[in-house]
Amino acid sequence: MKSIRNRLDFEVSLKEHPRPRWSSGRPLITFLARRLASAAGTLVVVSALLYFVTNVLPGNVALVVLGKNATPARVQALDARLGYDHSIVVRYFDWLGGVLHGNFGQSAVAVALHDPQTAISSTLSSPLSNSLILAAIASLLLIPLTLILGGISGLFAGRKLDNVISGPLLVSGGLPEFVTGSLLILLFFNTLNLLPPISSLSPGQSPFSEPKALVLPVVTLLAVTVGSGARQVRAGVVEVLRGEYVQYARLNGVNERRIVIWYVLRNALATSVQVIAQNLQYLAGGIIVVESIFDYPGIGEYLVQAVQARDTNKVLAAAIILAAFYVLINILADVIVVYLVPKLRTEMS
Amino acid sequence: MTTLSTDTELSREKFRSGVMRSPGAIIGMVFVAIVVLLAILGPLLAPYSPIATIGIPGQAPTAAHILGLDFEGRDVLSRLLYGGRTTLFMCVVATLLTYAVGLTIGLIAGYTRSFVDSLLMRMVDVFLSLPALLVMLVMVTALGPSQVILIVSAALVLFPGVARIVRTSTLEVSRRGYVEAAIARGENTISILRREILPNIAGPIIADLGLRFSWSIILISSVNFLGLGISPPNPDWGLMIAENRIIISENLYAVLAPSVVIAILILGVNLVGDAFVRSLGESRD
Repeated sequence: MKSIRNRLDFEVSLKEHPRPRWSSGRPLITFLARRLASAAGTLVVVSALLYFVTNVLPGNVALVVLGKNATPARVQALDARLGYDHSIVVRYFDWLGGVLHGNFGQSAVAVALHDPQTAISSTLSSPLSNSLILAAIASLLLIPLTLILGGISGLFAGRKLDNVISGPLLVSGGLPEFVTGSLLILLFFNTLNLLPPISSLSPGQSPFSEPKALVLPVVTLLAVTVGSGARQVRAGVVEVLRGEYVQYARLNGVNERRIVIWYVLRNALATSVQVIAQNLQYLAGGIIVVESIFDYPGIGEYLVQAVQARDTNKVLAAAIILAAFYVLINILADVIVVYLVPKLRTEMS
Repeated sequence: MTTLSTDTELSREKFRSGVMRSPGAIIGMVFVAIVVLLAILGPLLAPYSPIATIGIPGQAPTAAHILGLDFEGRDVLSRLLYGGRTTLFMCVVATLLTYAVGLTIGLIAGYTRSFVDSLLMRMVDVFLSLPALLVMLVMVTALGPSQVILIVSAALVLFPGVARIVRTSTLEVSRRGYVEAAIARGENTISILRREILPNIAGPIIADLGLRFSWSIILISSVNFLGLGISPPNPDWGLMIAENRIIISENLYAVLAPSVVIAILILGVNLVGDAFVRSLGESRD
């Protein structure tokens, strides 16, 4: 179903832009500059939204963090230490300035517990690298799998091979990660006893030292993304196959292999890159649940724990990093699409 | 006006026959019906209290407890029968709210043809530039995990898609002759939107309904799974999966049963939604 949403949105976005003219002689650079500028703007707006929403209730942080030990004096002292005695606008710009320098502020929980380590930045690197490893492995498998499964089922649309591929994809692409993950645990741990049900690592341990622990989180991420992605690639291939130029080439006796490679697959590539980009973006949200299912110490689990503790600054740090990743993938995908498919240079803005 | 009535009648007929004939849609409707009945009638059928500890935690299925006991020694079947109502209710309300907001914003943006349009669409773009679950989690952090907050945040995540579809369809329809005729007749904007535009953009909106609903189920039950939504000891399918993972070696049904129920519900909604899309001729395959 995700596939349909993406497709509808994609169609909408194509319809909305009536082919703007390029202003400079170097379209790719203009394009890139424009995308970067708009992404930076988006991120600033997003950061403000995130900051104001999480700080909308004054005194909230100190009260929640201190819990039963909250006395007016203590709340006030903690507020002062965290800078909550300033106006929200001042605090936002302080925070934004810090973030731009890689300083994400202090953890309210750590301050309240008199933990000597209060800086959030120092707690981010390990979960970040763990998540990047997980996401990178998933992406490396996601891209070829989406293209191959989607391409094959598209070329064989309506035949047995297509049904064999599309059926399972329909199921796996629709289910939420926590259902897929739990079912995979039941299968690979309970029934087959092949893989561990949790993928927790001791502090400082590299995920590569426990390769078995990475299997189920990666497979869960792939189930959802390849499931919805390959179906969209399939739809793209089917549409190209119906195109007049493919029929024309066939009528002209161009050999089928040449048609498939030079006409169909090449032209289906534009949709495919965007589909894959949407699914790479999706990883930014998907890892939140997947890391929690398997207890994998990445930025997603970091976020969930911070939300449970109501540690606002930690939530903000994880949130802004995930949002930046989301926006970045979007630009990267646009650039690749524009690079691969010249036709789109006039259709996208 | 003739164009209008034939338009809707034709598509409605195509719609009905297409959906009814498709085996996917029939299977889907059966799936959805099973789970919805389970959720609504479940509490009447439950043999035990969903929150009472009645035996050894993680006890495997017996004749008295056909799905065994959960991690706190509560009857899994009873919790399963009670665990759907709240979430399903929240998902329905969230979907309604999504459409109320999405339709309003989409209609305004698509019909006004002024700066309001680009202003609203920029706002929509900002919401689309954040991962859905992230927005939900930030809202829960800021405002607490109440049912109202979960519903509002799900709608916040889902409305941009609806607003975009409504805007595009409205833009297209509002340029047609019968709308211009209605404007020339001097009809007021509200009645033009209601009588000329809404019936003619109903197709793409309904096609999108199943998808939004399944998204609201995924989002809200994911938040419950993460332990940030419905709070224990209340029974909920997503929460049950999360809390019973520690006893999967003893009683795997405590995890399997709620997983299967959620899977059937979402698959059912997706199958019906797909059939709608296909019958509208919106699908490419």
